[in-house]
Amino acid sequence: MKKVVHTLCFMCSVRCPIDVTVENDQVVSIRGNAYVPAMNGGVCPKAAAAIAAVNDTQRVQSPLIRVGERGSGQWRRVSWTEALDYTANRCKDIFSKYGAKSSVYCERANLISDISKSFQKAIGSPNHFTHDTVCKGSINTACRSIIGYTDGQINTDWSNVKHAVLYGRNVFESVEVKAMNGFISALEKGCKLTYIDPRVTITAAKATDYKMIRPGGDLAFNYALIHTIIREKLYDAPYVERWFKGFDELCSFVDPYTPEWAEAECGLPAAEIVQLARELSKSKPSVVFHYGYRGSHHPTETYFRRSIMILNGLMGSIESKGGLFIKKGLKDAGYPAGLKAFSSQKFPEMPDKRRFDGCGQEKFPIADPAHGVGFMFPHAVLNEDPYPIKVVFAFRYDPLLSNPDYHTNLKALQKLDLIVASDVNFGGTTAMADVILPESHFLERSDPLQMGSGLKPAINRRIACIKPRFDTKPMWWIVKELAVRLGVGQYFSYETAEDIWNYQLADLDIKIEDFDRTGFVSLSDKAIWWDRNDGIKFKTPSGKIEVISELMESHQIPSLPSYENLDAQEDAFRLMCGRCVAHTNVMTQNNLYLNNLVPENRIWINEKRAKKLGIADNDLVEVSSPTGTGKIRVFVTDMIHPEAAFLLHGFGHQEVESKRSYQKGLPDNLFQERHYDKIGGSPALDHSWVTVRKI
Amino acid sequence: MGDYIITTNPQRCIACHACEIACKSEKKIPLEATLGKIVVLGPKMVNGKPKMTSLFVPCFHCEKAWCMDACPVEAIRRREKDGLVYIVESLCVGCKACIMACPWHVPQWNADAGKAVKCDLCMDRIDAGEEPVCVSVCPTNALQFGRPEAISSKTREAYGLGLLEKNLTAA
Repeated sequence: MKKVVHTLCFMCSVRCPIDVTVENDQVVSIRGNAYVPAMNGGVCPKAAAAIAAVNDTQRVQSPLIRVGERGSGQWRRVSWTEALDYTANRCKDIFSKYGAKSSVYCERANLISDISKSFQKAIGSPNHFTHDTVCKGSINTACRSIIGYTDGQINTDWSNVKHAVLYGRNVFESVEVKAMNGFISALEKGCKLTYIDPRVTITAAKATDYKMIRPGGDLAFNYALIHTIIREKLYDAPYVERWFKGFDELCSFVDPYTPEWAEAECGLPAAEIVQLARELSKSKPSVVFHYGYRGSHHPTETYFRRSIMILNGLMGSIESKGGLFIKKGLKDAGYPAGLKAFSSQKFPEMPDKRRFDGCGQEKFPIADPAHGVGFMFPHAVLNEDPYPIKVVFAFRYDPLLSNPDYHTNLKALQKLDLIVASDVNFGGTTAMADVILPESHFLERSDPLQMGSGLKPAINRRIACIKPRFDTKPMWWIVKELAVRLGVGQYFSYETAEDIWNYQLADLDIKIEDFDRTGFVSLSDKAIWWDRNDGIKFKTPSGKIEVISELMESHQIPSLPSYENLDAQEDAFRLMCGRCVAHTNVMTQNNLYLNNLVPENRIWINEKRAKKLGIADNDLVEVSSPTGTGKIRVFVTDMIHPEAAFLLHGFGHQEVESKRSYQKGLPDNLFQERHYDKIGGSPALDHSWVTVRKI
Repeated sequence: MGDYIITTNPQRCIACHACEIACKSEKKIPLEATLGKIVVLGPKMVNGKPKMTSLFVPCFHCEKAWCMDACPVEAIRRREKDGLVYIVESLCVGCKACIMACPWHVPQWNADAGKAVKCDLCMDRIDAGEEPVCVSVCPTNALQFGRPEAISSKTREAYGLGLLEKNLTAA
């Protein structure tokens, strides 16, 4: 008997709504949720490969306690009771000497983040961070500084855009199905796409105009765009007049940053910058400069992302059709309350509130404590700054492979007294763990409800489609069991997923059954737009678009500091990293189909540089930076800027259990030095230099 | 392709290969065998600009089916109602004559079963009123399945209406 289950995917963090067809407790097919037109019925290759993921015998199949050296692949299969008792007893022992603050909980932000945060609060540790901080901590901070919302609280009206400018935002390889479909349709209707990236991607091939910018040149490029837009009065004057705080300061600031000045810095002709500014102005306000994901992670990233948001403001695009919009939630849809959160319970006062990363405190006063600054994790462990860190709960986040400088990360993990990992698969950190508490695959588990804020807000539900294939559990169960053993079970008043849903819905007139027909509860039939002339609720102190940011200035951080030129190294390459359509971060390289599609990475270098170095395509080369050296095949091409080299992220897995991806390619973080943005806390993933030598 | 065709819209195709993966996964085809294949050219630089294009190549279900003619045991057959060419798995002796005979070597080798396997355009799904797996999974609607006359009519209608709309607006 076949049945169709409406749930949420989790092959990547987008969490598309999907329809899962199940027969005899086996998943037979996965498609886009038929009740969500923007899904178009389809799914991306990762979701298409989810059946192989759930059935993979190379998954973590039961709780495991390490018996050999860390990372040796020698485990003892244990019961859940033994694994949980072991973990809790080790924690109690360590906490009695160093306090609960000696534990750091890191995770990929997800539907149980509210419960994860509650766990740390309950045990009395201020230390929780999410993977988001590594990808987009500075984007978050930049957005809050200028409009008062995080990047996660805004989105793009993709289907109505008339001109999009993407800075390495590789929308056709780092895929969000709903957004991508809307955008492809917009392109068919004549929307222009200006794609800026030192490297050619599939998005570049779909662009109406591709600009091969010098790596790191984006900020200079943007300042020249702003300069031109202001000089030629190409901006949306009434919008700027109504909403900008600090426009005069902006005008004086960009005065020296002419297109001719930028040409020398970013390598793009001045005339092209001027032409683009004029073109963009014709499409305003249906213009989007995309603020997010990849592209130009340098120490000045907060300023780069701010420059993007300033451009959106100048075009009047924020809260305009075909521009950016602020996501609307339950209250905007007329509901009296939101989903009830476990983390808003009253927890005991913490004896020491200093965070391991100094986020929202001395080190990173304006970074977002909701996500933390994961970049600081190895620093805190190795230097015991501000105090000793002894335990990590690495729950579906991989501190070994997802932060710059592989060897430093490895050293930090080795220094810990206890590594507790929870993951579906063996990742870099999972394989090094002392104890693994394996989470059920997303097709096997129900999770807390998701608030789907947007133009048409909805509440979405992930529900188990099949029984667990192996001896695994949902994370909310694992967290509660640990909490009970650590004496704080009272904050987790649930036994089942249904209990969690009822708790979340306590203040709302919505029932669990309301999700059964479509998988979600729609909260608004029509798109909720605020009046762009007078009704935009910017959350900055002034209620305006703050070019001069109160958040920054009040912490003695300048809003518009002078531009500093990029450094240059003639004999080296600026290493960039990025994504392909097959893989999610460091998580999917061992999947049967996705491994087959993109099995390993090669280092991209420009053909002219390669010729000078006597390197031919597919040669084995030695790549070196101050943090590491490794051998890898080279991709020699005219599709990358001569100053840049490029590595796909996510390869070089050393965990013996993941047999397909084991030692395939190299991790980009082997070569990434610990450069970072001191304001937003993002690692400067594209800032390191490498040398490439023929072997 | 029997009574049907699958068309590719290279402007919408993002070369994600979901079509191939879903086919292997849902039809339980070995990893090495690819029934419907998405062929991608690029991205590559053409006159200084990055370009790419793609074409989906399933079995053509030819009117002159070389594979069927070559099969020594009549394991390859044609459905009368819509001309789809398929392999009766239980009859296949694994001689690979069909693979050699097909000008495009479309039939694939199922090493697990020791038999040839080929795209039957998901005729079970067609009978149930659904589209083939490859087409239905495509995240961007780059693949279109249907009867040639219906697709032709739809495309011309859309194109013509677009022109008329323009003319009307201009007038």
